[in-house]
Amino acid sequence: MAIKEMEQDIVRPPQPPGLVKWIKENLFSSVFNSILTVLLFPTILYLLYLVIIWVLFGANWKAVSQFPLLFAIGQYPRDQIWRVGFVFSGFMFMLGISWGRWSGLLRSIALAAGSFLLLIAVLPVQNPQLDMTMRIYLGSTILITLVGYLIGNKTRLKNAFIIAGWFVIPIVGVVLLAGFENSERIPVVHTTLWGGLLVTFLLAAGGIVLSFPLGVALAFGRRSSLPVVSGFSTVFIEGIRGVPLVTLLFMFSIILALFLPVESRIDRLVRALMAVTVFSAAYSAENIRGGLQAVPLGQIEAAKALGMGNFKTTVFIVLPQALRAVLPAIAGQFIALFKDTTLVVIIGINDFLGIGRSIINSDPEFVQMRTEVYIFMAVVYWIFSYMMSLASRRIESTMGIESNL
Amino acid sequence: MSEEPIIHCSGVHKWFDEFHALRGIDMDVYEGEVIVIFGPSGSGKSTFIRTINRLEEHQQGDISVDGIELSHDVRNIELIRMETGMVFQQFNLFPHLSVIQNITLAPIWVRNWPKEKAEDKAMELLTLVGIPEQALKFPGNLSGGQQQRVAIARALAMEPKIMLFDEPTSALDPEMIKEVLDAMIDLAKSGMTMIVVTHEMGFAREVADRMYFFDEGLIVETGTPDEIYNNPQEDRTKLFLSQILQH
Repeated sequence: MAIKEMEQDIVRPPQPPGLVKWIKENLFSSVFNSILTVLLFPTILYLLYLVIIWVLFGANWKAVSQFPLLFAIGQYPRDQIWRVGFVFSGFMFMLGISWGRWSGLLRSIALAAGSFLLLIAVLPVQNPQLDMTMRIYLGSTILITLVGYLIGNKTRLKNAFIIAGWFVIPIVGVVLLAGFENSERIPVVHTTLWGGLLVTFLLAAGGIVLSFPLGVALAFGRRSSLPVVSGFSTVFIEGIRGVPLVTLLFMFSIILALFLPVESRIDRLVRALMAVTVFSAAYSAENIRGGLQAVPLGQIEAAKALGMGNFKTTVFIVLPQALRAVLPAIAGQFIALFKDTTLVVIIGINDFLGIGRSIINSDPEFVQMRTEVYIFMAVVYWIFSYMMSLASRRIESTMGIESNL
Repeated sequence: MSEEPIIHCSGVHKWFDEFHALRGIDMDVYEGEVIVIFGPSGSGKSTFIRTINRLEEHQQGDISVDGIELSHDVRNIELIRMETGMVFQQFNLFPHLSVIQNITLAPIWVRNWPKEKAEDKAMELLTLVGIPEQALKFPGNLSGGQQQRVAIARALAMEPKIMLFDEPTSALDPEMIKEVLDAMIDLAKSGMTMIVVTHEMGFAREVADRMYFFDEGLIVETGTPDEIYNNPQEDRTKLFLSQILQH
């Protein structure tokens, strides 16, 4: 009763305008705007129509639809493909568990990935690579994800185990994909055979995960009061930032190989990953340093006054605030890194883009379809970049709500 | 007062580059005393209170807190900081942590208390300062007065023997000053040793045992509130008091 009365007394803000009003205000607010609307609206519709017609009837998607596996994993031996499947399922399982435990952003990712797999599994097309075995595999991966969800949601599995799982799965995955020497069942698959999205993800995810802590360390290093540490960090950061990524890739892939004896030569893919990592770390370091400088001195004094030492002050007070301040910049940095991995083509690694190019070049017939292939690849890159962008915005807004800073 | 002073300062000098901010400060504070320091801005009063827990380093003279000599030894500095709580003019709450996390952080990670114990203590202190219902909010959602009371609770959670207040009400809107002062008065009456830099003369009159007037890095005059207000000896003290008491 009392509450109802109170609700009636509240002065409400003006309501947003309805659709008709919105159109009037935004599209027909003046004679000039009305003319623009009348001219542009049909034009846009017509262009859209042309695009749809081309996609459905004009374009020939054969160069894309014939090689889904090639795009996904490159030349990875087809008789060893279960290893890729196993690793992928492992990731989906972890994603399922995390979805069950933390929901939020992970829920969106899991649902998007799951529906995509489901879509492919039931796609009503004849494709030799999308046979019954593959469809059953995709279906069971969805089931594995759901089992993971139930485990995460219903059991009292410790959070630490889930986080540990996220560290274990990639390591186990890479080892399994690489194989063991002298093993009958899991023979070595040399990285020259790896390719496609597998390599793109490996370089991007590996680059992000490795460059972030390195970037944090360099950022602190550059601010260090020890001249050796700050000098080294500054030289490293400025040295790397002054060089194009292409040059770094060449340096790591050729020069590093020249100086090391043949038997201790680092794997080609690892060298590319090292180049991508140091490049990204140098840029992240400067972003993070900006965030560190934005933390008010009063915060550090308050922590110190409570008896916290330098290390605890950094971990609990400085770093969380600094990272939150620079999250958009770092997310942008990582999206750029994801797209920059395409440069490994020039050192002969067949990432997603490289596979597309080699398909085009493999047959005169496919040369005619290069537009379709490039558009397909652009869309794939866009989808993943946009997902990263969405993820960063989601993380930002959760942080914003919690703090209201 | 026969026992040893809990804070002993003698001949404390401090320079900021060429600027001589503290020019030989002597002060002994005994357990349970409430000391009010006042003076014009730039007189060194904030600098002095910050040397006690080594947020500022003094270059000459001796400071010891609860028998611990303040030196370059990092362990000594951290020990003293555990014994002294500090409340700042700008609150300095941690914006990325909730109120309860702000209060429990140091007890859990510095005193190594179990989480439950720290949280019980935090709720007890929030009740003491009158805002237990704000425990799960973030500092950005609180008023200035509430934030400063959380800051007091945060400092008290470490169970310090001494509380330092560096102009705790200067950044507050007038209507919020009273709620913070009330919490400080309660604390003073509970027997806490306090050093307060403030111009709140009503507060000083009510709970201060001794007052110190600082000017140009020196203690110009000291005495009980009664002596300072009713019978100031120095001209500078008289002038300053007439200026701040005019309003």
